[in-house]
Amino acid sequence: MANQTFDAGVKDYQLTYWVPDYVPLDTDLLACFKVVPQEGVPREEAAAAVAAESSTGTWTTVWTDLLTDMEYYKGRAYRIEDVPGDKEAFYAFIAYPLDLFEEGSVVNVLTSLVGNVFGFKAVRSLRLEDLRFPVAYIKTCMGPPSGIQVERDKLNKYGRPMLGATIKPKLGLSAKNYGRAVYECLRGGLDLTKDDENVNSQPFMRWQNRFEFVAEAVHKATDETGERKGHYLNVTAPDSEQMLERAEFAKELGMPIIMHDFLTAGFTANTSLAKWCRKNGVLLHIHRAMHAVIDRNPRHGIHFRVLAKCLRLSGGDHLHTGTVVGKLEGDRASTLGFVDQLREAFVPEDRSRGVFFDQDWGSMPGVFAVASGGIHVWHMPALVNIFGDDSVLQFGGGTQGHPGGNAAGAAANRVALEACVKARNEGRDLEREGGDILRDAARHSKELAVALETWKEIKFEFDTVDKLDA
Amino acid sequence: MSALQTDDYRTQYTLETFSFLPDLTADEIFDQVVYIINQGWTPSIEHDKPENAAAHYWGMWKLPFFGMRDPMEVLSEIEACRQAYPDHLIRLVGYDNYTQCQGHNFVVYRPRGM
Repeated sequence: MANQTFDAGVKDYQLTYWVPDYVPLDTDLLACFKVVPQEGVPREEAAAAVAAESSTGTWTTVWTDLLTDMEYYKGRAYRIEDVPGDKEAFYAFIAYPLDLFEEGSVVNVLTSLVGNVFGFKAVRSLRLEDLRFPVAYIKTCMGPPSGIQVERDKLNKYGRPMLGATIKPKLGLSAKNYGRAVYECLRGGLDLTKDDENVNSQPFMRWQNRFEFVAEAVHKATDETGERKGHYLNVTAPDSEQMLERAEFAKELGMPIIMHDFLTAGFTANTSLAKWCRKNGVLLHIHRAMHAVIDRNPRHGIHFRVLAKCLRLSGGDHLHTGTVVGKLEGDRASTLGFVDQLREAFVPEDRSRGVFFDQDWGSMPGVFAVASGGIHVWHMPALVNIFGDDSVLQFGGGTQGHPGGNAAGAAANRVALEACVKARNEGRDLEREGGDILRDAARHSKELAVALETWKEIKFEFDTVDKLDA
Repeated sequence: MSALQTDDYRTQYTLETFSFLPDLTADEIFDQVVYIINQGWTPSIEHDKPENAAAHYWGMWKLPFFGMRDPMEVLSEIEACRQAYPDHLIRLVGYDNYTQCQGHNFVVYRPRGM
């Protein structure tokens, strides 16, 4: 704008970045932050400061601002809302123009939105609650290498959740003994087994040896059972070159699926690996070590729903989501909120699930939700009810802790799973009748009968379930 | 340690969904057909020789039953398929045209000795 003059000094952010009458464009990237401002800083100024620092702003004006059209490039704080139950915090809604971000780069989006601004003095704490990616941006990302539908077709698994287990003990087994544990789980009826996230290539079990023994176990179990089997070979590595080398070897061995830790390894590595998987027809399981560091504090960090959305864009066919069972109602609703973001083509705004924006995923493939950790057969009815078919239910201890060993434990879980799916399809209420369904199924499965005796019956929470749909 | 806990576990040759349950009765198959139809999916029947069980493609019995709403008709098609191919495995598929995937798929008939 030719009539602007350079006015050096510090200006209030809200003069430029607080635009309460702004109507966001379909192509804008929208963010909702939970902001706790420093004492004495008005909400509008704090919101504007966040918008400025996460887009075009610097603490002082600079003459080069006038060489560009700042009105076009700036982020805008356009709405402020109270946070229920927290008087100090408020929600700030910010719209960013599409041109601020490199195409196909969740790395670039995060570097802007959760970069310097999180250490910014005007705010005491800051949490990125949700993001709305415009479809125009989504179409620049590759997303899941295969997605739910292709994975089902490749593995021939239909009409039910898939069943998995993480091999235990998680560290210390030799490669050959480890392969034995895999073989026993798969021959007993699991679809998939998993490397623990800590298993990379330690002195007690180097990755080549693990891959070779596991491949033999997978092939043998596949041949003997007639079912398609897989093991998530963890290719997370010290550097990207070694990561890809491990992925190549898994493919050479004919393995259908590999795994990666997207947060500790980083989004750049993850996106490269996802592209490699698309190109090579290998499925990609994603673990989420380090997420709780980022998402656990209710006032600071990034909510997991944002990390889950970023993973869907970066690429992965499975993502861990937590198990929900035994948790509070709010956790359940919130988990289902981001499970939707992984699997659905369109997710409408729903504050009761912590979803702040409508999200259209365009034609991006979906990601399986993975429920893993601390679960056993008695949880099966609730898990099938909560997660539905497009999930992987992983019983590590709940398989390998069976008195009859891994194969018997796997069979027990498979019988329980199939009994629950069949009952659900018949219209029975899984969480109300779960105990009966399992006990009936145990009449024709000794393995399940033993499992039901081994683990303590959990309380079936009738009330909780009824509230969900209210 | 009880006898149960020391039992040998024999690997079973299984055929994916529902193969860890006892063979489904006609009534139980009926309920699953109702489920498929109520989901808005299209029932379809596939069959093949047991030695081809691991293949992605089995033979298709006629075309998928587009628009078929009566579960009894599906059951009679299963029976007709069984009579035509008594030594074949038969599975029931529910085609979901929204996800372009199979919403359900399980074996409803195994020939003697399978």
